[in-house]
Amino acid sequence: MFKYLKQLTSLVAMVAVLFTFTTETMAAKKSKTLKNTQKKGFVRCGVSQGLPGFSNADAAGNWTGVDVDVCRAVAAAVLGDANKVKFTPLSAKERFTALTSNEIDILSRNTTWTLSRDADIGLTFVGVNFYDGQGFMVRKNSGISSVNDFKNGVSACTNLGTTTELNMRDFFNSKGISYEPVTFEKADEVVAAYDAGRCDTYTTDKSGLAAQRIKLSSPDDHMVLPETISKEPLGPVVRQGDSVWEDIVRWSLNTMIEAEEYGVTSANADSMKTSDNPAVKRLVGAEGELGAALGLDNDWSLRIIKQVGNYGESYKRNIADTGILPDRGPNELWTKGGILYVPPAR
Amino acid sequence: MNIKKILPQLLTLLVVILIFGFFSYNAQVNMENRGITFGYGFLSQESSFDVQFSLIEYDGSHSYFRAYLVGLLNTILVSVIGIIFATIIGVIVGIARLSNNYLIERSASVYVEFFRNIPLLLQIFFWYFAALRALPLPQDTEPMFGVFFLTIKGFFVPAFVWNNLDIFIYSIIAAIISIIFIRIYAKRKQENEGVQTPVLSISIGLLLILPILSFLFGGVDASVEVPVIKQLSQSGFTYEGGIKLPPELISLALALSLYTATFIAECVRAGVQGVSKGQKEAAASIGLTPNQVLKLVVMPQALRIIIPPTTNQYLNLTKNSSLAAAIAYPDLVLVFAGTALMQTGRAIEIVSITMLTYLSLSISISIFMNWYNKKIAIKEK
Repeated sequence: MFKYLKQLTSLVAMVAVLFTFTTETMAAKKSKTLKNTQKKGFVRCGVSQGLPGFSNADAAGNWTGVDVDVCRAVAAAVLGDANKVKFTPLSAKERFTALTSNEIDILSRNTTWTLSRDADIGLTFVGVNFYDGQGFMVRKNSGISSVNDFKNGVSACTNLGTTTELNMRDFFNSKGISYEPVTFEKADEVVAAYDAGRCDTYTTDKSGLAAQRIKLSSPDDHMVLPETISKEPLGPVVRQGDSVWEDIVRWSLNTMIEAEEYGVTSANADSMKTSDNPAVKRLVGAEGELGAALGLDNDWSLRIIKQVGNYGESYKRNIADTGILPDRGPNELWTKGGILYVPPAR
Repeated sequence: MNIKKILPQLLTLLVVILIFGFFSYNAQVNMENRGITFGYGFLSQESSFDVQFSLIEYDGSHSYFRAYLVGLLNTILVSVIGIIFATIIGVIVGIARLSNNYLIERSASVYVEFFRNIPLLLQIFFWYFAALRALPLPQDTEPMFGVFFLTIKGFFVPAFVWNNLDIFIYSIIAAIISIIFIRIYAKRKQENEGVQTPVLSISIGLLLILPILSFLFGGVDASVEVPVIKQLSQSGFTYEGGIKLPPELISLALALSLYTATFIAECVRAGVQGVSKGQKEAAASIGLTPNQVLKLVVMPQALRIIIPPTTNQYLNLTKNSSLAAAIAYPDLVLVFAGTALMQTGRAIEIVSITMLTYLSLSISISIFMNWYNKKIAIKEK
């Protein structure tokens, strides 16, 4: 009997360890994303595997893009340094699981806000940082100038696991056109297959088409058709059940947009503290106690504007100056004919 | 009962149960916290996405369960094609490696060493994108025998349009049943009288004659539908009619069979070399022809060595077919664990179904191979 005492003790110890884990999970019912982030010292951000203008890494591993800037803004607000972000590149298929299983805390990866995603699978969309719509890219020499020129048997390359797949079906069905969907897991393969001639058209969000066109062997031989077949409001996503974290991400994004509206830039933010406009003063933390409501200090928004810049600066740096979409279209402020409109910070 | 024997077993069982309990409890709590519901009801909902290539009738108005079947059948299709070709190539290369001809032996070795040492995913990408780059556009393609069109958009082959297809199938079934009876009869005749019957030529004859008779007298009629080129736009073409094999299927089956064949070739070589030289010499000395030596003495013994490791290769091939998602072949992983998972968000349900499916596929293959292995094992009398 004593022969087994040693094994017995180790077994008992294992069981005891398991029980401790279990009790800890039960105690952790209240989510602590903010606390964990401050403890770790970096924001865990899920991005794309490379979409110029939105989230793209250069050869040295530095991430840039408007989606990246949302995470940087949160890092500036929460940790005081916009560079304290750990980026995790995710495929369309992996993104939601990575978020719900706690691998990342913000998913900022050109993700379309839909009812079923918001309500069904444990996610919460906090806002829109890019208004997009699905379009088609074709070869210029095909003579196709409108989506009405597609004929039965057209083959369309796209990404797997996206709203694109569903919109494409709705669109071709409504036109009564039979089509062949060719879906790849990674965007690079979609581009390569379309480039080789496997597909007659490449369909995804128009911003994506504009960005991926640069990767084609001869971009000038291709064009994006004028029609937009869907609404694709893209925005950052957080896990359901942590309303404080949700608010922090939402208002970090809103701060960037409102800063542009009031003309506060990374260059003039400090001097705006003495502005005559109370809204501007609130925005740079010179008036009110807005930070406390989010569990942050009062300089959180000032740091966002100083370190990341306002939405216009981010757009210009990442999307306009890189030649992807020089025209802001709907992503212009509501005061300038666009539809960017955020609730007031007060 | 000896308590010393039972106690460790019981404790092990307890720990296993606790670990499973811990994980399922944890999953439950976490899902509840995030407002995720659990259930398989989504399987009957409308899937609302289309699939490129399907063996059964399917479009987005069918259910998720139907989409699952589409993926499963596509996985089985590419696995069966892969297993058949891997076996053929593997046996040829395995025997070639034993050849006395230096050139044949060397080229077989180079093939084996080259293909088995490169990761499969890279090979799949290579064949897919190499094929895409090398294949002509539909309008530039030269037809093979006037009716086959190999293009970047797929391999278009003629389809048969049947009249009275059922009679044709009955004639084939009748031929197979008569062959089974003839085999039994031939075996009995050889055991009793020592006379051999040319079973193979009779079988082939039956398989040809009965279907031909069904054409002549059974009213069976088949016409061929040849693919026709169709213009989609000023520069875009495709083919219509006939059967279309997508390039994804072709390159995946090619990559899987070329890769797995290298391992099967090694199994075959090991099997043949495992039969001692004395067996062959003894067989030759009692006057068997070289063909009979191979068929009656060497192969039955070699197969016993070849079958078990080859079973593993068949299992590997089936599981490796899940790499299809990388090149857009709509297999189970791409259709069900990919698109369906993304559209429903039911990760735990779908991944568990997918895992169980692969498990059942693998177990079916190994049950069949074990049965075959037992059948050819030495029967001690």
